[in-house]
Amino acid sequence: MRLSYPSNIKVIQVPCTGRVDILHLLNAIENGADGVYVAGCLEGECHYLTGNIKTRKKVNYVKKILQEIGIEPERVEMFSLSSAMGLKFAEIAREMNEKIKTLGPTPVRKKEAA
Amino acid sequence: MIVADRKSLEEILSMIKDYKNIMVLGCKGCVTVCNVGGEKEVSILASALRIARQKEGREINIDTKVIERQCDNEYVAQLKETVGNYEAVVSMACGVGPQFLSEAYREQKFYPAVNTTFFGGAVTHGIWEERCAGCGTCIIHDFDGLCPVARCAKSLLHGPCGGSSKGKCEISKETICIWDSIVSKKMEQGRLNDLLKVRAVKDWRTARDGGPRRSIREELTQ
Amino acid sequence: MSEINSENNVKPEGDFKSGSNLEKVLRAGHFAFTGECGPPKGANVHHLVEKFHHLKGNVDAVNITDNQTAVVRMSSLAASHLMIDHGLEPNFQMVCRDRNRLAITSDILGAYALGIRNMLCLSGDHQSFGNHPEAKNVHDIDSMQLINLVTTMRDKEEFLNGEKIDVAPKLFVGAACNPFADPFEYRVYRLANKIAAGADFIQTQCIYNMDKFRTFMKQVVDMGLHEKCYILAGVTPMKSARMASFMGKMVPGMDVPESLINRLKGAEKGKQAEEGIKFALEQIEEFKEMKGVAGVHLMAIEWEQMVPEIAERAGMLPRPVV
Ligand code: SF4
Ligand code: SF4
Repeated sequence: MRLSYPSNIKVIQVPCTGRVDILHLLNAIENGADGVYVAGCLEGECHYLTGNIKTRKKVNYVKKILQEIGIEPERVEMFSLSSAMGLKFAEIAREMNEKIKTLGPTPVRKKEAA
Repeated sequence: MIVADRKSLEEILSMIKDYKNIMVLGCKGCVTVCNVGGEKEVSILASALRIARQKEGREINIDTKVIERQCDNEYVAQLKETVGNYEAVVSMACGVGPQFLSEAYREQKFYPAVNTTFFGGAVTHGIWEERCAGCGTCIIHDFDGLCPVARCAKSLLHGPCGGSSKGKCEISKETICIWDSIVSKKMEQGRLNDLLKVRAVKDWRTARDGGPRRSIREELTQ
Repeated sequence: MSEINSENNVKPEGDFKSGSNLEKVLRAGHFAFTGECGPPKGANVHHLVEKFHHLKGNVDAVNITDNQTAVVRMSSLAASHLMIDHGLEPNFQMVCRDRNRLAITSDILGAYALGIRNMLCLSGDHQSFGNHPEAKNVHDIDSMQLINLVTTMRDKEEFLNGEKIDVAPKLFVGAACNPFADPFEYRVYRLANKIAAGADFIQTQCIYNMDKFRTFMKQVVDMGLHEKCYILAGVTPMKSARMASFMGKMVPGMDVPESLINRLKGAEKGKQAEEGIKFALEQIEEFKEMKGVAGVHLMAIEWEQMVPEIAERAGMLPRPVV
């Protein structure tokens, strides 16, 4: 199945969203990502029971941290969908892409050795 | 264990606002167990601080390290070689940590990243509660192991007060009235008489009121 | 005042504990009637004296609250003294929240020196209820130990540390009792405990749930506690159905039955306050007959002007002179 989603999104596969850690999300932001989101299974459908629910809490925690330091928390999100929902995946990707575009580039920029 | 909460990033950022090169130092003791100052939390804090400073356009170098226990000079001594490489050190240990560090390294500056809250434990995942106030003269044998000094909002030794309602303390519906628990347990066990005496007033000298405390174990001193 | 002289050191006559008016009234077997007065949120003596006028001659003694609900007010000690100056008898309240044993002891001595003869020992509402929730609380000793402390000062003429007191304070000592706090089965034992600690009289929390209070008093009488101590039943007339439901919901340890709220709601427009007073009068009538009840403690909170009328309609006047 070929689905088009914005090419500026880098997909990182994990066995379960439960594997995604607060630090992974923060590191993405720290390294200059304009946004980062987790696409997890539908609630109640986690193969490892609660991986997706725990991760939603982690995502919320990261949002809190960003809020505290004055960065739009919307740059980090979590979505729930099943692996059979390819169209939805693409739709979410476009939606997130749009949202980040309205927010503009991340204020977190490493000083390049310019 | 000793329980703590991380300070707000805003407060920590203001402590380190003048520095460009710091160390965030965790502890593998209590604060690791209560998920506030162990390996993981140290990395998270370091990352969050870096992000905040990058955003301000004032990048900061943050190295992280976690030692066995910051309340033990033996482990604190392990920092000897590295502690001088930074402008300041932010400690994620309980309030004891920064003090052992400060006493060991006079030339360095230490800042706490946590608010040390109480002696307690996790009642369920993610929720900790106070159990002891370290009063120095434990009396909970009289109360079936439940402590009114730490857990009654008024440290009553004869409770429950008139504000006790449906097992909850007058201060909030989230706080149990420990005196309700003490009395209920005694009644269930038919030992209510244990409570029906007027206790001598407590000697607070062994608590913080007597000044800073010290414990000497002759057999261990060198 | 020049009248404050060594007269205040005179020992009570006979075997009276303090010889206060309240003690004499109770001892003589009269049905006692006490009132309550909160000092002003400021040093406004005028305001305080106005309240005195409503109470004077209508009650046997008046409780002066001590930073009630943890809201800062003029000190209960000073207000009690002002009350004496105006010819009323104070019941000096003291909470354990704000003073350690040193301050407690010296305030007791000071109270006695100023002519105060009744004292009520309380734990005190937690400071989180008040207007200085950031405060450090003291609770060096608790209300049970406070009763014991002040009666030891009186009877053994000794300080807590065993040292002798040069002119010991002779006070008639009261304590509070809330039959409506939980666990209910324990409440009578807690009362027994306070009596064992030395309480001469008890003033209860405001009573609204009469069924529960009757059960409680039966327990009290069965245990013979009413013979060891005078029990004054607490009455606070409701001004409105709103006040009733607020108190029931918001005040910890306050039991306001739905039936009372409905009764007030059912009153004619503008007549809720009168209905509240009627309920209070019915209560007082019943207390007069209730075994073990030695009097009524009327807490007309910020409604002192109603005291003369309530006293009159309750048949409490004139107050006995003993
Ligand atoms: S009585 Fe004192 S030492 Fe014992 S648990 Fe309570 S506070 Fe801790
Ligand atoms: S309600 Fe219970 S825990 Fe709270 S202050 Fe009163 S006795 Fe203590």
